[in-house]
Amino acid sequence: MNAPNQSGWKPGTPVQDHNAMSGPDTVTGNRALMLEEPLLFEIGHVETTGVDLPEPSGAATRLGDLERAAAIGLPGLSEPETVRHYTRLSRQNYAIDLGLFPLGSCTMKHNPRLNEKVARMPGFADVHPLQPVQTVPGALEVINELAHWLIELTGMHGVAMSPKAGAHGELCGILCIRAALEARGDARKVVLVPESAHGTNPATAAFAGYEVEDIPATPEGRVDLEALKARLGPDVAAVMITNPNTCGLFERDMKAISDAVHAAGGFVYCDGANFNAIVGKVRPGDLGVDAMHINLHKTFSTPHGGGGPGSGPVVLSEALSPFGPLPFTARTADGVVHLVEEENAADYGHVQAFGRMTAFHGQMGMFTRALTYILSHGADGLKQVAEDAVLNANYILRSLDDVLDAPFGPSGPCMHEALFSDDGFAEGLSTLDLAKALIDEGYHPMTMYFPLVVHGAMLVEPTETESKAALDQFIMALRSVAERAKAGDETMKTAPHYAPRRRLDETQAARKPVLAWNDPNMA
Amino acid sequence: MRYLPLTDADRSAMLEKIGAPDMDALFVDVPEAARLSGPIEGLPMHASEMAVEKHMRQLSKKNLAAADAAFFLGAGAYRHHVPASVDHIIQRGEFLTAYTPYQPEIAQGTLQMLFEFQTQVARLYGCAVANASMYDGSTACWEAVAMAGRVTRKKRVVLSGALHPHYAEVVKTMAKFTEDEIAHARPALQAHPDNDGLIARIDDQTSCVVVQYPDILGRLPDLQQIADAAHEKGALLIVVNTEPVALGAIKSPGEQGADIVVGEGQSIGVGLQFGGPYLGLFAVRDPKHVRQMPGRLCGETVDAEGKRGFVLTLSTREQHIRREKATSNICTNSGLCALAFSVHMTLLGEKGLRRLAMENHRLACHAADRLAKVPGVSVLNDSFFNEFTVRLGQDARKVVRKLADRGILGGVSLGRLYPDNEELADGLLVAVTETTTEEDVETLASALEEVLA
Repeated sequence: MNAPNQSGWKPGTPVQDHNAMSGPDTVTGNRALMLEEPLLFEIGHVETTGVDLPEPSGAATRLGDLERAAAIGLPGLSEPETVRHYTRLSRQNYAIDLGLFPLGSCTMKHNPRLNEKVARMPGFADVHPLQPVQTVPGALEVINELAHWLIELTGMHGVAMSPKAGAHGELCGILCIRAALEARGDARKVVLVPESAHGTNPATAAFAGYEVEDIPATPEGRVDLEALKARLGPDVAAVMITNPNTCGLFERDMKAISDAVHAAGGFVYCDGANFNAIVGKVRPGDLGVDAMHINLHKTFSTPHGGGGPGSGPVVLSEALSPFGPLPFTARTADGVVHLVEEENAADYGHVQAFGRMTAFHGQMGMFTRALTYILSHGADGLKQVAEDAVLNANYILRSLDDVLDAPFGPSGPCMHEALFSDDGFAEGLSTLDLAKALIDEGYHPMTMYFPLVVHGAMLVEPTETESKAALDQFIMALRSVAERAKAGDETMKTAPHYAPRRRLDETQAARKPVLAWNDPNMA
Repeated sequence: MRYLPLTDADRSAMLEKIGAPDMDALFVDVPEAARLSGPIEGLPMHASEMAVEKHMRQLSKKNLAAADAAFFLGAGAYRHHVPASVDHIIQRGEFLTAYTPYQPEIAQGTLQMLFEFQTQVARLYGCAVANASMYDGSTACWEAVAMAGRVTRKKRVVLSGALHPHYAEVVKTMAKFTEDEIAHARPALQAHPDNDGLIARIDDQTSCVVVQYPDILGRLPDLQQIADAAHEKGALLIVVNTEPVALGAIKSPGEQGADIVVGEGQSIGVGLQFGGPYLGLFAVRDPKHVRQMPGRLCGETVDAEGKRGFVLTLSTREQHIRREKATSNICTNSGLCALAFSVHMTLLGEKGLRRLAMENHRLACHAADRLAKVPGVSVLNDSFFNEFTVRLGQDARKVVRKLADRGILGGVSLGRLYPDNEELADGLLVAVTETTTEEDVETLASALEEVLA
């Protein structure tokens, strides 16, 4: 493992000069291709514009007394300055196009550019959400076709397409559950959330007005079925489970959990963020799930763009489907796809909709991308996606469990992600130090300190779009920093040394928040 | 299967390393009965780039694109020209394929952009602080209502009747969680918004008043009067803006006393996209409210060498840490749309934005004057920015469909927005932007002459 690879790069080579970034100063602060870029507000001017627009005419306006008199304070740049400003900024970002993004529970996989091309076709990109429906049959077909495949792949009954992100989808699912309970006159107040669930789950349930109670995990990292059963009762509205869970494990007892929850009159919400590990292999509907959101960026490769936009369609069981939000699409026997809104919901028997999640129909630009991805992979490809994602994660787990503690390694194969802990690190060195040292090796760090059930957690998710060679190189890098952490290499405490910025002071940012640029000359 | 790099030889070698006999052994924890053995029903096998592109192009061509019609739709989504550089920048892989900037040392590109974006939005809205964006205008509106509840600890929400009905629906939907009481009426088809009626509904239990500016009928409410009345009762004024270009021509909500300003940023840089992804904007006038704001925030700080840098900050307000105590479950923003907005806004600059706004307004005035000459058409409002309401004397839904049959996208009928309200049925919302030509206006006017005859 410690041999140089083909590029001559030598894993585990100690950093020669820990403070290389403080080497000889340059006048500009630039370092060859690593360029410092001032803020837009420091280089732009309110009189500069990069767009040719006509001078306003002298005609009277119809803005009444509200015509703007005060300056706005928006500097502009010419077109070449604009392109250069943002291109320089772009070079200070890590991205999946540059390398592996091992963020367990979050995940970035290859973003195919065909998806981008399709999303920009004028018939999808340049249509208005309120155009007469007769002018948008193709757009409605895209939504309906994607909805159909999401239902098929999950073995569910219906789907709400409009939620704008995974957490928004969680709210949608909980609202469906609440609406279904209210419809039968049942005012349950408690939502159970296992320790192995995503952090958004309890936040969602609390936001939805429910009391949240934790359910412990077993020593092997799964929901404690007996503890769950013991807590079920007439006050429990739902159980929110993440499966595969955040320890990277498949919840073996999922069917038994669902049966117990249903017998107690509650509903099962499944966080489907990790669906990519089981797509084409298992259908959550067959395990008794009532509602599950699907993060399209994760399973179906829509780009994440430095933090959104996301898209979180929610698949629903037969019991919950009547309560899904408006609008949605429906294909009638004649093959025509209809848009179902407030106006015609009764015509489709959808009279119990709980309302709207968002102004329009959801993330159309993400739907086109996800459908393109599903059709590109096809039935054989999607199944292979899950198998390769799981294979890659287990390969990482087994390649590193001699150097990093893998608390749930003996619990069975991991699914989409491998979980390690900081057990065995030298005194004073933390998971954070290891993560920052990994940056110096050219990698984005893994998810840290999550899940909370493991001390100093490191959650590594490679996804299916990494090659064996890419995994091997990553494993070498992670192995070397793990060895340094165990050996007590103090230089890790000041990492990263080679990134565009050294370790940033997050405490100062929170204590004295500076959230907008203020002209120092105006102060 | 061009997206999957592993070869069969790789798979064998890796299985051997893992100590698993075959792929099925990795799924041993999945109960046998639940495992799928057969193919996914009806889904074809993998397809080439050429084949998929062809299929999607055929679907795309079934839709009437705005560029191929005389186009007058608005009501919360507007068609503007987006400079080519904007799409070039957002397609750079370092922006497009980056994740949330949780590791600030290698995400300064996204973070600096967000800091600049926050500053641009705050200034546009006349506010102290803006966040790093939200899902869209309608969800930002709901989050503002929820925030007002946290700030004032009151439960009564007064929505203007002239708030976009979909926004009102989202607020009502989400209020089921928080048990906020919502007071909301439909708008009356009159030239000026009913400020007095709105103010009369504010009482000591009111957490906030929500007013759209310009409103759903294109009218321009005087915000200062409402702000004063709200503040007198200890309520916050939330102002919703669905057309940010308007703020190049009209006073900002912040300078008229709004406490929270939210809106849809889609107009600048993002494009129509049949409703999403869009860009929620969110700002507060008073910096002391920052810790009650939802969503992500990017803040300035320094690194270990004292160099300026940026990080996501104040995230303890969110789902990351406090679990059930979180004030919001949101864990993403609309980063890429925020980038598009910021690049477009940078290209415009103040001078460009003002010119763009005045050009929109000039063409809208021209369109209103021309449509007023069509027999049977009357223009409702005398003040507006780039969108106004006309009355047709008959059901506007039918007129819109007849216009669409002629390849004209003539506006949004109020019947589409208020399906259960006959009193509004003859109203048509007409939006005009710099992409509208005088020839388009003539096409609409002469088609209306025939359709209404």
